[in-house]
Amino acid sequence: MNVLTFAKWAAEMAPAWILSLPEGLQRVLFQFFQVFVYENRWKFFTDGLITTFAVTIGALVLGVIIGMVVAIIRSTHDSSRRKPNIILRFFNMICKVYVTVLRGTPLMVQLLIMGFVVMVPKGTLETNICAIITLGINSGAYVAEIARSGIMSINAGQMEAGRSLGLNYWQTMRFIIIPQAFKNILPALGNELIALLKETSLVTVIALQDVTKAAQVIVSKTYTATIPYISLALIYLVLVMILTKLLGILERRLRESDKR
Amino acid sequence: MINVKGLRKAFGDHEVLCGIDEHIAKGEKVVIIGASGSGKSTFLRCLNLLEQPTGGNIFFEGTDITDPKNDINKLRQKMGMVFQQFNLFPHMTVKENIKLAPVKLRLMSEAEAEAKAKALLERVGLPEKADAYPGQLSGGQQQRIAIARALAMNPDVMLFDEPTSALDPEMVGEVLEIMKELADEGMTMVVVTHEMGFAREVATRVMFMDEGVIAEQGTPDELFGNPQSPRLQAFLGKVL
Repeated sequence: MNVLTFAKWAAEMAPAWILSLPEGLQRVLFQFFQVFVYENRWKFFTDGLITTFAVTIGALVLGVIIGMVVAIIRSTHDSSRRKPNIILRFFNMICKVYVTVLRGTPLMVQLLIMGFVVMVPKGTLETNICAIITLGINSGAYVAEIARSGIMSINAGQMEAGRSLGLNYWQTMRFIIIPQAFKNILPALGNELIALLKETSLVTVIALQDVTKAAQVIVSKTYTATIPYISLALIYLVLVMILTKLLGILERRLRESDKR
Repeated sequence: MINVKGLRKAFGDHEVLCGIDEHIAKGEKVVIIGASGSGKSTFLRCLNLLEQPTGGNIFFEGTDITDPKNDINKLRQKMGMVFQQFNLFPHMTVKENIKLAPVKLRLMSEAEAEAKAKALLERVGLPEKADAYPGQLSGGQQQRIAIARALAMNPDVMLFDEPTSALDPEMVGEVLEIMKELADEGMTMVVVTHEMGFAREVATRVMFMDEGVIAEQGTPDELFGNPQSPRLQAFLGKVL
């Protein structure tokens, strides 16, 4: 692979107006050129971003579904006044083990195990799915505890009011408890989403071409680390800022009923 | 309408209800009084199985509600309940609170429920609050909405668990007024309350509970005018 040199760039590619600038500035512009423009390298970043988004959204959906199910099982078990039946106790135990194991081991290790022991994906699509499943299962353990705290935060009178109207347990959960719990846990859930987005950078260990991998590829092509890695950090920062803003809007929407 | 046979309820080793046999007929307005800890709220909450009895049977319109084979959700649709803490759903508007159960249980169409909610809000005197959220209402207003919400299911009996105990004194009257109107319309009511004036005026029968049993009962005149047991005399001496 031939590396583009500053001399070659200045001689063959740089437009005339750049050559009239001070040399220090010329060198900075050259850095940007070789990282983003030369051989359409910006495509590494955009392709990587698509993967990052896909994995984040996939893992988020999976994590919230798993988390909600675990939280409902755990809180149904803990709030039943009589001794819970054997099936519920069994599921409760499984949920406890799940949360303990997934919170008790590093995500990187979980990715290595899923990527090289359990699923061993071949091809990009399979690797993507492997990443989504691993991150989703991991995130689910955290969401479960967040959601459980949300369900537990709702006054027992709400459940009684729902049941006294003739709604069954699940209807009361769905229409009365969960909407209120969701509003209460939204800030914590937002935190989890932000953490999840950043943690997707670990999927490079199972050779998935996310935006972090893109930066690494550029570094290996240009033998320069500063611009690619700083740009990578800025990309994540901007994404998180946008997310924070969106979550703020959603929170305000849901707080509609709190105004007095 | 409600037939209670040998009802017992214990929390751990602590017996709260020690065998209650009682019959409540259609159209009766039963008021339950007694000191706190006497088991009156627990008794009421057993009637729609919010508390699971540890012994005995409760028959509602001929069906044993303590039998797990009978669908308690179906039976509860016919038993309205009003709570001390209102327990309105804070994330829904007043109208949505009222419409939720009839619509989700497919007893009414959206349009029918809408009309019903409107009529009920008219009846409790709060038609302008249809789109307000519970948090924007006073305690008395919230309790009136809670009554409307229970009535939306067209219940055969209404259970009131200390409906005015959490209210500021100036709001007690508006809630009792609604309850009186309801009584005049012939609704069967079981009311746990400390409002002796209400008991005297509205009740067809007053029960005095003490240490997990119904210690004494009778018409308001009998019970308030000529209390027999020393415990009731002492209780009335404190509250009247």
